[in-house]
Amino acid sequence: MSLLQPEAGLLFWMVLSFGVVFFILAKYAFPVILKMVEERKAYIDNSLKLADETNAQLELLKAEGEKIITKAREEQVTILNDALSLKEQIINEARNEAKAEAAKQLDTVRKQIRKEQADAILEVRSQVAVLAVDIAEKVIRMQLNDKEKHMSMINRLMDEGDKKTMIQ
Amino acid sequence: MTSKRCMLFVQSLLVACLSLLIVVPATAQEESNKEVNVKEIVFDHIFDSYEWHVTEWGGHPVAVPLPVIVKGEKSGWHLFLSSKLHKGHEYQGFYIASEGDYKGKIVEKNDQNVAVRPLDISITKNTFSLLLASFVLVLIMLSVTQFYKKNTFKKAPGGFVGMVEVIILTIYEDVVIKCVGKDYKRYAPYLLTVFFFVLLNNLMGLIPFFPGGANVTGNIAITLVLSICTFIAINVFGTKEYWKEILWPEVPVWMKVPIPMMPVLELVGIFTKPFALTIRLMANIMAGHAAVLGLTSLVFVTVRMGPAINASMTIGSVLFCIFMSFIELLVAFIQAYVFTMLSAVFIGLSRVEPHHKENTIE
Repeated sequence: MSLLQPEAGLLFWMVLSFGVVFFILAKYAFPVILKMVEERKAYIDNSLKLADETNAQLELLKAEGEKIITKAREEQVTILNDALSLKEQIINEARNEAKAEAAKQLDTVRKQIRKEQADAILEVRSQVAVLAVDIAEKVIRMQLNDKEKHMSMINRLMDEGDKKTMIQ
Repeated sequence: MTSKRCMLFVQSLLVACLSLLIVVPATAQEESNKEVNVKEIVFDHIFDSYEWHVTEWGGHPVAVPLPVIVKGEKSGWHLFLSSKLHKGHEYQGFYIASEGDYKGKIVEKNDQNVAVRPLDISITKNTFSLLLASFVLVLIMLSVTQFYKKNTFKKAPGGFVGMVEVIILTIYEDVVIKCVGKDYKRYAPYLLTVFFFVLLNNLMGLIPFFPGGANVTGNIAITLVLSICTFIAINVFGTKEYWKEILWPEVPVWMKVPIPMMPVLELVGIFTKPFALTIRLMANIMAGHAAVLGLTSLVFVTVRMGPAINASMTIGSVLFCIFMSFIELLVAFIQAYVFTMLSAVFIGLSRVEPHHKENTIE
């Protein structure tokens, strides 16, 4: 039966065309495509790996950043606290200093007053003494006509004057 | 989903009615001439022809003439169009035999006035379809390759290139790598070429009009060459272990020494493998073509049985044809796949490595 009898012409053309097709495809098409697909696979795998790594790194960086931020916040709090306490301290110090200064000034003023008081008393006393001496002189001038009485009077006054200076 | 199915049904009904309108007058004309010979129609299609018969128009056949290339016994090479041989005309001593052993083939008369076949490498219908498919295949694959060369990793393949890549990878990963084994890289180009060659020829055979529809992969010459290529791939590159298993298999000695029963069986096996490949592909595709043609002929055969039967059979025929075409679409892929897979399996069997040492000690 000719159904199972290959035709010579068709055989010839088949060998020729299949041979040519096979040659072209096996040389220029399939190896290139398969190689490209494999390379692409490797490339994608690589890219995925890289992306994973980058993500992990990013995560790490994020965590680090958060750490830094929390640290900064803590620091901020401590710095604020420090500043607050420092402020209070400065205020206190200033207050104390002012107090001390005021006290000191008060003290000097008091001393001045006291000194001036003393000076005034001294002056008053000396005035009083001068007055007293003047008065006494006048009194004595009237009374002392003899030399003896005069001398004893002077001595006594001298002693009194000595005592007074000694007391002072 | 249901609306889609409904649409499909309505469409097929419409197609059936339309074909009724067209077909009835045509068959009425034919009826007066002769009874429809389904067997002739089917076999005319399954066998090769020198011209590409497209249709009949107003009683005249519309056909694409194809080049005839023959070498007569004495007259040497001749090249002319097949239209010169139309309706039994003789041209340069050649004519198409209408009967005898060479029915339908170009013959010439020798000295004894006996019809003999010249050396005939005409571009027949199958040859033309084969060359066209080869050309298209090379074009497709080279354009796909071009895409990869141009867009190295820059662009994902989409559309047509993506489709071809999916098919290539399906065959490469599921068939070539799994069936061939270790040396898959060496055989991948051959197996992929075979797959796409068979697939494209199968699919082109399903197109019902001019550049398609030839029964290429249903022709034994085509499948024979393909399986001879596989035969070469199996046996030329077979390992030592493969030949040892054929010539000196591990069976009791009496089975191979006085009468080499097992070696003979194994040797026969070498040839049955490609033979099975040849017949399987040819028979499947040819049967598909025959079935579609037979179903289509149903329309013409039932003309004589009255309009009612004819109309109902026409609708049935169209529905069956649609169904068959879908099946054939599937078969086109499956047969290409099976051919490739069996080739890969046979190649894989020829790449056997020596068994473990324990076996040989026993």
